[in-house]
Amino acid sequence: MSEQTLAASATMPPETWRAPTAEVSVVRLVLIGVAVLFIGVFLGFPLLVVFFEAFLNGVAKYFETFADSDTQHAILLTLLVAAIAVPANLIFGVAAAWAIAKYDFRGKALLITLIDLPFSVSPVIAGLIYVIMFGAQGYLGDWLKAHHIQIIFAIPGIVLATIFVTFPFVARELIPLMEEQGTQDEEAAISLGASGWQTFRRVTLPNVKWGLMYGVLLCNARAMGEFGAVAVVSGHIRGLTNTMPLHIEILYNDYQWVAAFAVASLLALLALVTLIVKTLLEWRFSDELANGPR
Amino acid sequence: MTALAQFRRDTDYIEANLSLVAPFVDERLRVKTMNVTVENLTKAFGATPALHGVSLEIASGELIALVGPSGSGKTTLLRLIAGLDFPNSGRVLFGAEDASSKSVQERNVGFVFQNYALFKHMSVFENIAFGLRVRPRATRPSEASIRQRVMTLLDLVQLNGLEKRFPGQLSGGQRQRVAFARALAIEPGVLLLDEPFGALDAKVRKELRRWLREIHDRTGHTTVFVTHDQEEALELADRVVVMSQGRIEQVGSADDIYDNPATPFVFDFIGDSSALPVIVDKGSIALDDRILSIDAKGHADGPATLFFRPNHVRLAGQESGSIVGTVTGSRRHGDIRRLELEVGLARHRCEIDVPADSDVSRNGRVAIKPTDWRLFPRDS
Repeated sequence: MSEQTLAASATMPPETWRAPTAEVSVVRLVLIGVAVLFIGVFLGFPLLVVFFEAFLNGVAKYFETFADSDTQHAILLTLLVAAIAVPANLIFGVAAAWAIAKYDFRGKALLITLIDLPFSVSPVIAGLIYVIMFGAQGYLGDWLKAHHIQIIFAIPGIVLATIFVTFPFVARELIPLMEEQGTQDEEAAISLGASGWQTFRRVTLPNVKWGLMYGVLLCNARAMGEFGAVAVVSGHIRGLTNTMPLHIEILYNDYQWVAAFAVASLLALLALVTLIVKTLLEWRFSDELANGPR
Repeated sequence: MTALAQFRRDTDYIEANLSLVAPFVDERLRVKTMNVTVENLTKAFGATPALHGVSLEIASGELIALVGPSGSGKTTLLRLIAGLDFPNSGRVLFGAEDASSKSVQERNVGFVFQNYALFKHMSVFENIAFGLRVRPRATRPSEASIRQRVMTLLDLVQLNGLEKRFPGQLSGGQRQRVAFARALAIEPGVLLLDEPFGALDAKVRKELRRWLREIHDRTGHTTVFVTHDQEEALELADRVVVMSQGRIEQVGSADDIYDNPATPFVFDFIGDSSALPVIVDKGSIALDDRILSIDAKGHADGPATLFFRPNHVRLAGQESGSIVGTVTGSRRHGDIRRLELEVGLARHRCEIDVPADSDVSRNGRVAIKPTDWRLFPRDS
């Protein structure tokens, strides 16, 4: 029998029929419309404005901005801070997630709550805590001064504040994943003779690598973009303690709009690259993802 | 067909097939196995006791089944033998050696997990090779011999050609066999299987049972497997350990367990049976004031439970001293018909087998007499 006759002889549902979970077409259009409109107004449009303003006076002017030594320093400082904060939080996140998912211990609930703290505490407060601790008038101020260690209004303070603000990302991504996977794979590896480290490297880590990568990307994006906490501890010293977000603010306040938006476009670009890398990785390893754990 | 008949049929089948494989003992796979002694193991999880002083002797090369309902402690016992949990008291000996102070790695046991716990990011080949690759450099086989060993094992578990697949691309039965090969790769002294066929459908289970028996005979590993399926235990194991509530109820061959259940629990758990509360008084058995014309076989006076199997019953006609009941249900069961009865004043439920063509109708009255029975004391 040909396909055509098959199709013809098949019973067609009445026109009024629709799948139980499907919405009426009007509802569907409204829902999609709201989502697209929302993203357009609050995300797409501002992003366009950033690039539009950055290139307002031409490409030459745009690149001129990056010839400025203060701008270059801000970019390098941001990269440096991220290069320290992200690995630090990677180690912390894996350790915390491992401890929480695989062991039962007293105070576990408290630890989980504390990990969420940076999400709920305003970044400004995070910055202030470090000022109170390490600032000239702070608790450790005199001691630090006596030993010629400067933390506040210097790079160490910026790194500390950034680590504080970004430490939930990796741990938060890994904890549910590791809890769901349980300990059976690890038990299997150990029963086959693997040591603790071999088990971690060959079994645990590959099992969570996608969550880990995602956590690191988010952590990195936030580390480079953090403003509030860093603003409090940095002191806004041009060419010394200004990160990219702080530098953008200064340029903007100086009415150097093109420069401000040029740097902003670079920051936005970094975020976009992060997203693209994530998508590429997912696409490249989609086979493995489909076969592996979610 | 009764469970026993089915079981006998299956064992016959296996024996017939085994004669084909038995001469082929694979020397490449033969390993030095050992006997395992479990001494007085006690384990509690928090306030919940899981094992109460369990002792067991497992001979070298034996295939032994731990069977019992969920919560009977069978998996706990298996994990204690493997060293995946630590007992509160008691010890495990591998050969003559106390394994208590040995880590899981040092025990060299092959453990097959209920859900296989295959490494999802590794190919079948790498899964099986894992135990060899993680060995310290001094004892790690060369790449060529790892490859050879994996291929031999793939051959054994009949998965040739699938070594490049990932676990996600395999069927349940294939995954099970990969897990099995992975455990065998490390040449374990003891092989421990936790519900090896639990997650498979009925047909695959049957195939894999035969296959496991075959592999056991070829490799000769001391093997302990946990199952909640009594049929599986009886069919597969040299000896069956029946467990309930953290204790061993009975240890014996399939025949022992089925024909001579040591406790009411075993009688109830293994095979089909009916249990009636009776009173034994001066050698005679009374069911609700009705004296039964069966012998108490020297059972002490007092409240007791009368156990019998559905196929150990005959229809009694008008004889006195029979158990009289009303048929409440009837269903076809292979070559026989199984009747559900309500007997005695208290309408105790019991089941009997009659020929498929017998004309006992629903709501009809029947009188029955057990031809074989057991009495166990009962707390009044």
